[in-house]
Amino acid sequence: MENYAVEMLHITKRFPGIIANDDITLQLKKGEIHALLGENGAGKSTLMSVLFGLYQPEEGEIHVEGRKVDIRDPNDANALGIGMVHQHFKLVECFSVLDNIILGVEPTNGPFLQKEEARQKVLELSEKYGLQVDPDALIEDITVGMQQRTEILKMLYRENDILIFDEPTAVLTPQEIQELMQIMKNLAAEGKSILFISHKLAEIMEVSDRCSVLRKGKYIGTVETKNTTAEELSAMMVGRHVSFAVEKGPAKPGEVILDVKGMKVASKHHKNDAVKGVTFRVRAGEILCIAGIDGNGQSELVYGLTGLEPVKEGTITLCGKDITAAPIRQRSLDGMSHIPEDRHKHGLVLDYTLEDNMVLQRYFEPQFVSKSGFLKRGAIREYASQLIEQYDVRSGQGPITMARSMSGGNQQKAIIAREIDKDPQLLVAVQPTRGLDVGAIEYIHKQLVAQRDAGRGVLLVSLELDEVMNVSDRILVIYEGEIVGEFDPKTVTVEELGLYMAGAKREGDGA
Amino acid sequence: MNKEKTPLLGRNSTQTLLSSLICILLGLMVGYIVLLLINPRGANGAIMAILKNFMTYSKPNAQLKYFANTLVKTVPLILCSLSVLFAYKVGLFNIGAAGQYVVGAGASLYLALKLNMPWYVCLVAAVLAGALLGALSGVLNAYRNVNVVISCIMLNWISLYAVNTMLAQVKEATSPYTLPIKGVNPSALLPTLGLDKLFNSQYVTIALPLAILIPILIWVLLEKTKLGYELKATGFNSHAAKYAGMKEKRNIILTMAISGGLAAMGAGLFYLTGFEQWQTTQSSVPAMGFNGIAAGFLGGLSPIGAIFSSYFIQHITNGGAYVDKTMYSAQISDLITSLIIYLCAFVLFFKQLMGKGAAFTAGNANAEPAAAPQPVAEDTPQEDDETGKGGEA
Repeated sequence: MENYAVEMLHITKRFPGIIANDDITLQLKKGEIHALLGENGAGKSTLMSVLFGLYQPEEGEIHVEGRKVDIRDPNDANALGIGMVHQHFKLVECFSVLDNIILGVEPTNGPFLQKEEARQKVLELSEKYGLQVDPDALIEDITVGMQQRTEILKMLYRENDILIFDEPTAVLTPQEIQELMQIMKNLAAEGKSILFISHKLAEIMEVSDRCSVLRKGKYIGTVETKNTTAEELSAMMVGRHVSFAVEKGPAKPGEVILDVKGMKVASKHHKNDAVKGVTFRVRAGEILCIAGIDGNGQSELVYGLTGLEPVKEGTITLCGKDITAAPIRQRSLDGMSHIPEDRHKHGLVLDYTLEDNMVLQRYFEPQFVSKSGFLKRGAIREYASQLIEQYDVRSGQGPITMARSMSGGNQQKAIIAREIDKDPQLLVAVQPTRGLDVGAIEYIHKQLVAQRDAGRGVLLVSLELDEVMNVSDRILVIYEGEIVGEFDPKTVTVEELGLYMAGAKREGDGA
Repeated sequence: MNKEKTPLLGRNSTQTLLSSLICILLGLMVGYIVLLLINPRGANGAIMAILKNFMTYSKPNAQLKYFANTLVKTVPLILCSLSVLFAYKVGLFNIGAAGQYVVGAGASLYLALKLNMPWYVCLVAAVLAGALLGALSGVLNAYRNVNVVISCIMLNWISLYAVNTMLAQVKEATSPYTLPIKGVNPSALLPTLGLDKLFNSQYVTIALPLAILIPILIWVLLEKTKLGYELKATGFNSHAAKYAGMKEKRNIILTMAISGGLAAMGAGLFYLTGFEQWQTTQSSVPAMGFNGIAAGFLGGLSPIGAIFSSYFIQHITNGGAYVDKTMYSAQISDLITSLIIYLCAFVLFFKQLMGKGAAFTAGNANAEPAAAPQPVAEDTPQEDDETGKGGEA
């Protein structure tokens, strides 16, 4: 009989119309780092929510330290020593690190806080596990890495022995990821049991002892990491072998499509500009990628470019025409297509049908509206059906499906179909594969390359280094609103990029 | 659209209709309970009186006459509920229908009594006045980010006192009421088209067919035209509308202008019948605009539904007058009808409950849990959150 910290046995969790977890068994040994691998929608988050008491499973039982337990809410989970670092941190921004760590379990004497004791404990823990934090710094002032260490200290302060890390590396720089891996190894060495949720194979290979794989709500298997390969794990995860590299020939850059000079965009959050005078060009037939860690001005750069926010200084020229102050509609008519970062916020009217969303950028054209202002419903239906077929957008009821009821991948496909079919000169794609599964990512990358090969300029903004390295022809790194380097993906290494993304290195203002 | 695929309970229209009926029943029940608490002996009679309204009379002639009275007052309510629902479809909560109604009454009566204008000029002036007032709220919202609800409430009161002052010039010497149109300027009375004879009431005019026609026009505008497409897109998701290059500031102003024009037209179509005279000393904004909110929601925010819901609300409001005043105080009819109207506003709430229930039974191939934190949520179709849009005031 093995010694398990947690056993989740035959867990089944159903939601209306879908089985999120179908008879899943997960056994976490004491002191091991156990990776949970699966695509988006595979059921990882649901399974962890069951363990953390956020959902009640319909079938199956959970054992902690060999005893059957009933976890009704996160408080029960805490009492059993289960702690979780969420992907999006649950921290109070305007509180100090120490205040956040003791939040909810404040040591008190009557009505008064006794912080000194807590501070000692936090400092000891931080020393023991190599978790550098400044207990008195405010969360809003510290790096994402330190915020994450605060979250880890929160679990340790509560003396949790079972630690869940939900996609912990998504927000970190390569250097911070290395540090985190070391911290996780230290924790495991001290006897903590760790569940590590990820879809990044390299990290799983490096840090975990064992790995369980889920696919479409089903349990596929558990393997010893040292006896497997990334390729084997990937095949388990997606059910078939996928090529990670994007097939594409060399770029043939033509004339300049987009010319941005000294563009500054104000920030909504602070007095400093979010984009501090960037200058770059996109040529026909190339994919220029802007790489950087989230929150370094990429969003604002795109807003300025597409007209969603005014530009404070500088000029934008599209195909020789100054569009610095042009309205959004004009930019669109002049040949700019925009696959927005947030498809629910900007990309779609979720309560409109698929067909109405398909014409969102061209409903005003004579082919879709009569002179007297009535929509030509028949023409819209026909056009939408044609796009749906051509781009393989899947939905329950075809053109009349509500956009809200479609899966994320198909929503994104619909946006891409709409934006590409406009026949743009410049395609601005912002994190076009965010939250999508491998199949959809492959498809979208192919479309981007096809656009390039058709002689359009493509500006890709991405946070995923794999995507940056595989898809782009040229890379600009943005750090705190400035372009700090220009690279050729064929010659630069991920580590090198990481140093620039983290602000550790920079060259003179790029291209 | 092909509804065959959706089960009965899952259908939007069925859910709306059912929730409206539930609200009506609930309102009547709560009203009945209140009547029971105040005076158990009279409760049955009182609730029946409210429901029967003009049916109280035994003679068909009298029935017809009082039915006509209910219809005359239903007309402005239909227009006010259209005003509210039109703005609501575009994501704005026009609580200013009341004020727009007031300026509509002011403009039409002033032109009729002071300037001796014919009815169509008065009516157009009413619409313009309301549109202008609505547009003012729209401009404040679009360019100065002033919440429409706040500016509307303030404008309601400004309108009331301005109109009172203005109409004091055309009031009867011995009373606070405006002069009767019939005596001063009969050309300002709405034409009856023979409907007066049909309904046995001189107050049934062209307003009645217009009150049927205009909801249909509004429905066409919202569902069939480019303008409707833009306005609704702005209402559902203003970010996406902006992204698609729609002029969302213009859309907000235009919406409020149309919405204001509708409410004011309601006032014109009511006061130009001569059914009521404006009381220039009134110190509260007429309830018509606010009842329009309830009627709009009770009608499931559909222009066609508004016709029926408005009639129902006016029916019980008029019926309230027949409650036995020896058993209940004079305000009881107001109390009961407001209770019912209040509960009418819960249509969206019940609809949402039903939507959730139907989702469980019917199932939806794409419905993933609005689950757990993070990435899943990215990929998750969201639950209907219509009520989050601004809801009840």
